[in-house]
Amino acid sequence: MPRHAAFTAAAALVAMASAMPLAAETAPQDVAYDDIGAIAEPLSETAGNPEEGAKIYADKGTGNCVACHAISARTDAEFQGNIGPSLDGAGDRWSVEQLRGIVADAKRTFPESMMPSMYKTAGYVRPGDAFTGKAGTEPLPPLLNAQQIEDVVAYIATLKE
Amino acid sequence: MTIPFRRAALAAMACALALPALAETAPESTDPIVINGGEVELQTAAPAPEHLDGALDEIYSGWLFRDPDTQTMQTDDFENPGMIFVDQGMDEWNMVEGEAGKSCASCHEDVSESMKGVRATTPKVNKDGALWSVEDYVNDCRTSRMQAEALDWNGDRMKNLTALISMQSRGMPMDVAIDGAAQPFWEQGKEMYYTRYGQLELACSNCHEDHYGDWIRADHLSQGQTNGFPVYRLKDAGLVSQHNRFRGCIRDTRAETFPIGSDEFRALELYVASRGNGLPVEGVSVRH
Ligand code: HEC
Ligand code: HEC
Ligand code: HEC
Repeated sequence: MPRHAAFTAAAALVAMASAMPLAAETAPQDVAYDDIGAIAEPLSETAGNPEEGAKIYADKGTGNCVACHAISARTDAEFQGNIGPSLDGAGDRWSVEQLRGIVADAKRTFPESMMPSMYKTAGYVRPGDAFTGKAGTEPLPPLLNAQQIEDVVAYIATLKE
Repeated sequence: MTIPFRRAALAAMACALALPALAETAPESTDPIVINGGEVELQTAAPAPEHLDGALDEIYSGWLFRDPDTQTMQTDDFENPGMIFVDQGMDEWNMVEGEAGKSCASCHEDVSESMKGVRATTPKVNKDGALWSVEDYVNDCRTSRMQAEALDWNGDRMKNLTALISMQSRGMPMDVAIDGAAQPFWEQGKEMYYTRYGQLELACSNCHEDHYGDWIRADHLSQGQTNGFPVYRLKDAGLVSQHNRFRGCIRDTRAETFPIGSDEFRALELYVASRGNGLPVEGVSVRH
């Protein structure tokens, strides 16, 4: 009897432990990408906020998407890069699910892409501790967290022509 | 609902395959660097060395990718802020130091004779089979021939000497050996050049081979050539060694970098130098 009770309690705990983070957000290693690299389910519970996303897009310390991309409407950005394509109209070209996949791990949509994987924590060659040049320990914090991914995706989805 | 999007994605991917997102942009002009009103002319472009196997058509000096003000500074030795360090290197050259009571000049005499061509062919394999950079030769002379202390690879005294030595090859085409004893080192450097380091997973080739001429935010990407080193970097207001530049570029990929003066960086130095074989040594260049 006590044994059984202990077992159910433990099982309940395990179930809770694995269910809880899922309810709040999906961890990088648990993201389900489909065969074209898209992610069907939002990574966080709170819907993406396009205004936050617009900030993250241009912020050097977080998204820094502007290092490689340009958006005509972003007259606030002093310098915009041209390594990747212009994102004008990206909201017409891609579904939200596909944008989520591109932002989280672009290499699943564009094999070998130069675009960094924003929601990935391990599998690197000589991973560093941010920009210190010193060794980092995997799993590294992802470049963007789940909510930031959702915010950026919400922002890119507004770019329609 | 998802089907049209999938189609769009596939079409976009097909597009990406046909026109890969590689956008090397050749510089608008390849005028030479005309220094001191024509006393010295440095070519800024050369045919790519054969070992590149078509990875680049032409090789370009980093000077072509800098803004006009920075370019102008390199066209007059009085305006070039790096030249003062060449003078200081000359003082260093003549300075007696160490138990043996010698200076560099005691043995090598006139630097313009004895050091001519050294920079253009280094790094190279020494008589013991090790790959050595100019810094290694300098420190070997200091420790084993002058009985003086080795200089810090990245310190001012060493950079002044490498600037002086580099100037003696100004105008001579880079010509490092990549075969024979050098080959294993060259292979190691090549492997490093194409490795996608760090959390940003970027290789030297992503930026300097696939995207030279493009902009990373405010940075105009060059081919990452080393014929201008040591460079006077406006941002640092001082001379920058090759290994220091490599360290910075790797650190910026959120990677664990390699130490300055490491065997890895010697190998990378050789490989990167070989990509510039044919471009003239610029002595001390100016970059921002
Ligand atoms: C280091 C450069 C780089 C950075 C930084 C970068 N990207 Fe990209 N991105 C690319 C490249 C290159 C492509 C083209 C895909 C390929 O590799 O073929 C691309 C493609 C895309 C696309 C699809 C383009 C289209 O219009 O069809 C989107 C959307 C995108 N990126 C969004 C972002 C967002 C959002 C960020 C910031 C969180 C970002 N990128 C950061 C390089 C970058
Ligand atoms: C006691 C004599 C002596 C002194 C002092 C000396 N060197 Fe040397 N140096 C040599 C000899 C001998 C070689 C080897 C030449 C050879 O093997 O061809 C050499 C080689 C070099 C080389 C490599 C040249 C090449 O062709 O690859 C450099 C660079 C160099 N010395 C720089 C210096 C500097 C800088 C100093 C002062 C800090 C200095 N040396 C002091 C004797 C000296
Ligand atoms: C994210 C892009 C990026 C990567 C990856 C990168 N670099 Fe750079 N590198 C730059 C930028 C930006 C500059 C400054 C502008 C220029 O000359 O391209 C630069 C400059 C240089 C220069 C100086 C060129 C000159 O004319 O003064 C060298 C040499 C260089 N890089 C070598 C390397 C090597 C070797 C690697 C690989 C270990 C590497 N870089 C990786 C962005 C990059």
